[in-house]
Amino acid sequence: MKPAGLLVKEAGKYKSSIFVYKDDQQDMKVNAKSLIGVLMLAAGKGSTVTFVAEGEDSEKALDGLEDLIARRKFDEV
Amino acid sequence: MLEGVAASSGIAIGKAFLFFREDLDVPDYTVDVSAVDEEIVKFESAIEQTKKELEEIGEKIKNETSSVHAGIFSAHIVLLDDPMFAGEVRNAIKSSQYNAAFAVRKVAKNLIEQFSMIENEYIRGRETDIHDVAIRLVQNILGKEKMDLSLLKKEVIVIAHDLSPSDTALMNKAMVIGFATDVGSRTSHTAIMARALEIPAVVGLGKITSQIRTGDLIIIDANRGRVLINPDGEVYEEYLIEQSRFNEFEQSLSVIRDLPPTTLDGTNIELACNLEVPEELIAIHKYGAKGIGLYRTEYIFIRKQKELPSEEEQYESYKEAVEKVAPDPVIIRTLDLGGDKFASTLGLPSDVSSMMGLRAIRLCLRYPIIFIPQLRAILRASVHGNLKVMFPMISRIEELRQAKLMLEQAKAELDHDGIPYDPNLQVGTMIEIPSAALTADILAKESDFFSIGTNDLIQYTLAVHRVNEEIANLYEPLNPAVLRLIKYVIDVAHNAGIWVGMCGEMANDPLVVPILVGMEIDELSMSPIAIPEVKKIIRSLTVEEARKIAYKALSYSTAHEIESYVYGEAMERFPDVLMWVDHRNHRSA
Repeated sequence: MKPAGLLVKEAGKYKSSIFVYKDDQQDMKVNAKSLIGVLMLAAGKGSTVTFVAEGEDSEKALDGLEDLIARRKFDEV
Repeated sequence: MLEGVAASSGIAIGKAFLFFREDLDVPDYTVDVSAVDEEIVKFESAIEQTKKELEEIGEKIKNETSSVHAGIFSAHIVLLDDPMFAGEVRNAIKSSQYNAAFAVRKVAKNLIEQFSMIENEYIRGRETDIHDVAIRLVQNILGKEKMDLSLLKKEVIVIAHDLSPSDTALMNKAMVIGFATDVGSRTSHTAIMARALEIPAVVGLGKITSQIRTGDLIIIDANRGRVLINPDGEVYEEYLIEQSRFNEFEQSLSVIRDLPPTTLDGTNIELACNLEVPEELIAIHKYGAKGIGLYRTEYIFIRKQKELPSEEEQYESYKEAVEKVAPDPVIIRTLDLGGDKFASTLGLPSDVSSMMGLRAIRLCLRYPIIFIPQLRAILRASVHGNLKVMFPMISRIEELRQAKLMLEQAKAELDHDGIPYDPNLQVGTMIEIPSAALTADILAKESDFFSIGTNDLIQYTLAVHRVNEEIANLYEPLNPAVLRLIKYVIDVAHNAGIWVGMCGEMANDPLVVPILVGMEIDELSMSPIAIPEVKKIIRSLTVEEARKIAYKALSYSTAHEIESYVYGEAMERFPDVLMWVDHRNHRSA
């Protein structure tokens, strides 16, 4: 699976609403549970993305996403 | 009669089937507030039905060779659940009271428009997926018949503007005997697919879809790149005869597909193929090629928009080829592009590149930011099979030395990072500039092999730019100057104990092959489809005879004299190859 698909899959595990934006384009944030949205970010390798989560499991969600991107480097488990 | 690009050889005669992509035009009425729930129900059941269809299709094509495209349908299923698609459709029905079909159209069109502005080519290409899913949904909402190539019951020639991977994945291939399309080139999906299916195809015909109706009698002459519509009786009869003769010839080629490329007196000449895009990988074994003699890396750089491809991306591509072809060799040619491609990325003036400008190895040596990641990727891929590397456009020994130095630097970096590579990786020099040919004895001492790139060698030797129509007649592969250079390169290479291949168009020219065999070339690399006929030529000669042909050819004064002499020799030995291959070469000339 491509990174975008893995990211959406991970985001989909949590109840919180999760948004993501590239660089400092906060006004162009997209739903991280939407493949279309994540694809439209067109965030290539080396770009900076920020996640915003709201909801009961928001901290867990952010940890999970950080783990996927920073530690596992999108390696499938 | 229409003329286009011959994409897959052969002759097809049959009824046309005009395939057009459904448009997303649907009635734009709104519904009563009370009917909103009903529209939502329609939409949800269309989603369920569509999902079921896509799963069935995915199952059906799972076992087919085009595994590259099997993923398309699972991607479509994901889209059906996407909040930005399905979610937005529900919103549009609820808030604007659109009918379900129109809501799908509105959301899809909006998304497609946004995708079309994305620079990254891969992501931009996903708009097709959204379009395909939306059409399926609309058809299910409206209960419409689908225009579906999987439902073909009789043999037809498919006429289309273009065919997408999802069109061909669905196609009932047993019923398709040919393709003809408005757009496309030899490397577009339609062309690659036609060659994989071994059916005749002509692409890039312009406006064939507007000139043909379903049921018309069509002749596709993909040997000459022509399509005839409703031909008269006489032409039809002639083509029936030509078709059966061509089929006999094809039959004779398929018989030798698994035989070795050996001359009558037992000398083996390796036949490898030139690979332009990775989609062609499936054709390699099919045509009996032994490895890839020229793996062009330009596509990786061209498919990227403004940025450079990463080392990782390159590594994955090279690895795939090396693994698929192992234990046969893959010879990767480092980037052979002009500086204009990178003008904006590297801040170069946009007119830096010309045939004799800052391109290929010169560009790479100037910009390690391009070259080092490519070399690292090649080295890393070398542990997965039999890989060799070669440098294009070498004009003097210093360039070869510098390139090898950068290769050593890449190795040192990998050593430092503890990443494995093949320490005995062979390094070859492309001989495509007269100065390189004339100093081949010097270059041979520091090369593991040579590959003669004839397209450029001819242009530089004769000072003829091939695309200039005014002087196209001066582009002569059989010019004595070109033949002398080739002979010299092969001789000094053999004296130095290294092997020589050829990867230009001369390598599969039926009038040149006997001369090359006579000069004792070790390897010929060409488009996969040409391999059976070249093998046939090799198997019809002895090296002894070929040597005489080469010797005699070199004694003439003009290309024309050489051509008529070799033509006579060829007619005696392989008249059938000459007859059919000539058509094709005249088209492309």
